[in-house]
Amino acid sequence: MEPRSQLLKINNNEYLAQQKSKIEDALEMGLTKDEYNLICKKIDKIPNMIELGIFSAMFSEHCSYKSSKKWLKILPTEASHVIQGPGENAGVIDIGENLAAVFKIESHNHPSFIEPYQGSATGVGGILRDVFTMGARPIAIMNALRFGTADLPLTKHLVSGVVKGIGGYGNCIGIPTVGGETNFDKSYNGNILVNAMAVGLAKKDRIFYSAATGAGNPVIYVGAKTGRDGIHGATMASAAFTENSTEKRPTVQVGDPFIGKLLLEACLELMNTDAVLSIQDMGAAGLTSSSVEMASKGSLGMNLNLDLVPTREDKMTSYEIMLSESQERMLMILKPGSEETAKSIFDKWDLDFAIIGEVTNTGRLILTKDGFEACNLPLEPLVEDAPEYNKPYEIKTDKKVFKPSDLKTSLTIIDILKEIFKNPNIASKKWIWEQYDSSVMGDTIFANGDSDASIVKIHGTEKKESYGKGLAITTDCTPRYVKSNPIIGGMQAVCEAARNIASSGAKPLAITNNLNFGNPDKKNVMGEIVGSIKGISEAASFLSTPIVSGNVSLYNETNGKSILPTPVIGMVGAIEEVENSLEISAKLDNVLIALGQSHNFEVGWVGCSIYQEIVNKKYDGAPPPINLEDEKKVIEILLELNEQKLLTAAHDISDGGLLTTLCEMLFKYNLGLDINLPSNLINCDSNDPLLQSWCFGEDQARVIIATKDIKKVQLILKENSVDFFILGKTNSTSNLNLKDITTISINDIKKLSEKTIPSMMSMEQ
Amino acid sequence: MRSGVVIFPGSNCDRDMIVAIRQITGKTPIKIWHKENNIPSLDLIVIPGGFTFGDYLRCGALAARSPVIGSIKNHISRGGTVLGVCNGFQILIEAKILPGSLIRNKKLLFTCRETTIEVQSCMKNPFLSGLKIGECLKIPVAHNEGNYFAPKDLLKQLKEEGRIALKYSRQKDYENNYNPNGSIEDIAGILSNNGRVLGMMPHPERAINHLHGGTDGLKLLSNCIEQIIG
Repeated sequence: MEPRSQLLKINNNEYLAQQKSKIEDALEMGLTKDEYNLICKKIDKIPNMIELGIFSAMFSEHCSYKSSKKWLKILPTEASHVIQGPGENAGVIDIGENLAAVFKIESHNHPSFIEPYQGSATGVGGILRDVFTMGARPIAIMNALRFGTADLPLTKHLVSGVVKGIGGYGNCIGIPTVGGETNFDKSYNGNILVNAMAVGLAKKDRIFYSAATGAGNPVIYVGAKTGRDGIHGATMASAAFTENSTEKRPTVQVGDPFIGKLLLEACLELMNTDAVLSIQDMGAAGLTSSSVEMASKGSLGMNLNLDLVPTREDKMTSYEIMLSESQERMLMILKPGSEETAKSIFDKWDLDFAIIGEVTNTGRLILTKDGFEACNLPLEPLVEDAPEYNKPYEIKTDKKVFKPSDLKTSLTIIDILKEIFKNPNIASKKWIWEQYDSSVMGDTIFANGDSDASIVKIHGTEKKESYGKGLAITTDCTPRYVKSNPIIGGMQAVCEAARNIASSGAKPLAITNNLNFGNPDKKNVMGEIVGSIKGISEAASFLSTPIVSGNVSLYNETNGKSILPTPVIGMVGAIEEVENSLEISAKLDNVLIALGQSHNFEVGWVGCSIYQEIVNKKYDGAPPPINLEDEKKVIEILLELNEQKLLTAAHDISDGGLLTTLCEMLFKYNLGLDINLPSNLINCDSNDPLLQSWCFGEDQARVIIATKDIKKVQLILKENSVDFFILGKTNSTSNLNLKDITTISINDIKKLSEKTIPSMMSMEQ
Repeated sequence: MRSGVVIFPGSNCDRDMIVAIRQITGKTPIKIWHKENNIPSLDLIVIPGGFTFGDYLRCGALAARSPVIGSIKNHISRGGTVLGVCNGFQILIEAKILPGSLIRNKKLLFTCRETTIEVQSCMKNPFLSGLKIGECLKIPVAHNEGNYFAPKDLLKQLKEEGRIALKYSRQKDYENNYNPNGSIEDIAGILSNNGRVLGMMPHPERAINHLHGGTDGLKLLSNCIEQIIG
C-alpha cells in the first residue's frame, strides 16, 4: 500500500506529470480528505502525483507543525541578545566580542528505532548541517536519548546502535560530542527518542539565512548525490508506529560523515567569500522543503530543472528526486557571476556542484524533468495554507502529595543508595561517553558529566590574562514529572537546565527545545503538549532564557501506547573566563553547602521521585513544586559566588536527591565527609522515612556548592537571605558518615555506579 | 623551525596540531594539501588525526596513496622528521613507512579517554630523547583502530632495534584497563628504522594546557621541537 512502491514501477515522467491524483493517493500519503480538498481549492486544479507528494511533505506534522503551531506561538522568543529566533535553520544569540552562538536540537526518533546506527548518525549529521548552514562552525554536539526498559534485549541492541551511530558521525566529522542525557523507561520500549543538539560559532555579522533573493539568480545544488533513500521520511516521522514499522526501513536515510566533513569545510570556505546570498540544507523532505522554504521566505518563485540534479541512481523520477532525503546536500542562491569561484571550491573538496535552476518572481515552484513540466504550484498555499489545528486537549494533573510516612520501608539508606546507583538512569554513563570523541578540536574543558553543563572554550577569544570565553551547554527533562503535571514538568525542565548552566559557572542565555510526545489526536496527549509548553513559557520568560529554535516530534507511540511526555530543553550559557568554570567534583578540605536547603528541616518531597520508585516500585503523585523566585535566586547567587572566585565545585540536586548528589561530588577524588544533619534527624534510624526524605527527596531549586572560604560564602548568603545548610568538610577517608546512623563507602558506590551500564550491555547477563 | 601539517580530506585534528605547534614555536606551521607533490624543505612534518577519506576501505589506506606521500618519503630519505598521530600513525603504516598494523580495538568500541604512556628505553630519536626513560605522560586517546599488532619476528626486530618508543602504562596494581585498545605488549608508539619517524596513537595536541587536565602533550611536543632545533 506504499505510494512509493507503486510509483517506483512508473519510471515514466511524462506519465507521472499527467497523472491526476485521487483522494486515495492523498490518504496513502498521510493527508486527510479535508486537507486534500483544501489543496485542490487553493491551487485551483487537481494536483498531479508529484504535486501531491510535495503537498503531503509540506503538510506533514514534521514540516508544518500543524498540531502544535497554535501553542508554539506562546513561547517567549525575544530578548536583547537574540539575533535570530525560531524559523531559520537554527537559533542565533549574541555572546559578545562580535561572536554569535548558533544552535538547535532536533529529533530522529522514528528512524533510530527502525535502524539505530543510521537513524542516530543522520540525526547528528542533520543537526550539524542546520548549524553550519547559518555560517557557523559547529563546536559541540549534545544529545538527549530515551530508551526502553534496560533489561530488554531490544534495548541493548538500540543503545548499542544509537551510541555507535552518534559517535560514528561526530567522531568522523571531528566535532566533539560533549554530553547529554540517557534515560530508560518502559514507555519507550517501542519508540525510543534520539534528540541531537549542535552548537556552532559564527561572527555576528556573518550569519547566513535561507530567504531567496533576486529573480534571475542561480540556484545551486551542492554536496552528495541524490539517491532513493529516505523517500517520504518526513511523512513516516509524522505517523504512529505499528508492529510492522520495521518494514519502513527503506525510508531511513543513510549518512556519510566523510561527505559531511567535506561539505562543512567547502561551505565555510565559500562563505568566507561574498558569493553566497542564501543557503538552506536539505533536511526533512529534501529538495521539496528547501526549495519551497527558500523561495517562499523571499516572497519569490523558483524554476528547477530536475534533469540537472546529480543523482546516484539511473532513471529517478521527479517524484523521487523531490522527496528523497539523501543526506549531505545543500541548496544555495549565489551572487550572479560567482559561480566559477564557488565551483572551484567544491571541486577542490570533490563534491558535486550543479546549477539546477533560477530564482523567479512568479511566486510559483515550477519543476521540469525530461522536457515535461512535472510540477507547477503556487508557493503560498504550500506554506501559508498548511493547516493549523486547535485540537481538543485536557491537562491532567496528579495532585496527590505523598508524605514520607506514606512510603514506609525496611530498606536502609545504604540499600536505597545502592538501588539508586544500580539504576541506569543515575549510574555513570562512562561506557556510553567513552565511545564519543569529546576532546577533538582541543577546546573541551568539561564534558560528559564532569560538570553540570558541558563547557567548551571559544577558540580565538584567548587573552593575556585569560584562556578566553566559554560556552556552557546542557540538555534536560524529567519526563515522569511532566506526566504527573505537564505544566510543572515543563517549568522544571527549564529550571533544571538553567541550574545546570549556573552550576557550571556560566550565565544561562537561551533555549532550543525538542518536544517529544505521543499522538496529539488524544486529548490527554494534547494536554501534555499544551501544558508543558505553558510551563516552559512561564519559566523561560521568568529566567530570561528565550526559545530560539526547536523541533516537535509527535506520534511517538506504538500500538496505541504513548511515550512519557518528553519536552527536552537544550540550554546554552556563556562564561567570560573559561578557567572559572566549575566541575561537580569537590576537592579535599572543601566545605559543602546545600543552597536552597532550609536549616529547619520539616519534610522532603518524595512523590514522583526515584526514591519512591525504589520503595513503591512505581512513581506517582504530584511532582516537586517549582518556585521560580527561588530558582532565580539560586542561579543568581551561584553566579555571584563564582564571580568572586569563592567556589571550587557545584552540583545541582535533582534525580535521587541530596545524598545522591553528594556521592557524585565525592567520587572523582575519593573523598569522605562527616555529614551534618538537621537536629530533628540526628537520632533517627537508617530506615526512618523522614530521614530518608531528607536524603532522597527531590525538592527543587537546590544546588550543593563547595568552597574553601566558608566565612565569606556564609556572609554573602546571609546578606542575600538565601536558605542554606552546611553539610560538612570533605576529608580523605572516602567514607560518607551520617552521624552514628550509617557509613557509606564512596569507593563501593562509585564502583557500583560504573558497573551498572557495562553489565547491562554485556551479553553475559 | 619550519614545520608543516598535512591535510587530507577528512583530517580533523589539523587545527589542533597547528595550535599546539604555534603555542610552542610562536610560528604557524604551513598547511600541506594532500595533492601536493612538491613541498618545501621542512624540519618537521606532522600527519594529524582524523578520518581521512572516511577511513573507508581501511584506516589510512586511501590517504597512503595520495600524491603527498611521495614527498613525505623524499623528506624522510633526506633524514627529515615526521610525526604521525592517530590516523597519521595509521597512514604511516599503510604507506609502509612504519611496520606492523593497527587493527580494531579489542572491545570493538571507539574509545576516547585519558591514558598514561611510558617512555621506553629506545634508539636515539628526536621525539623523546630529552625525556627520561620510564617517564609517564598522561595523554588522551580517541580511536577505533589503535590496536597495534606485529608478528613475532617483527616484534623481536623492533625490540632489538629499540624502536618501541611508547607503551601504555599500568599506574595502579588493580588497574586492568590501562591499555585502551588491546595492543600487543601495550605498544602506543613506534619509530622508523632511522628513528626519525614516530607514529603514536595518543593525541599530544589535546593535552597542552591546564584546562585540558594536563600539559604532558605539550611536554612531549616541546621536547621534540627542541631536539629538532638542536
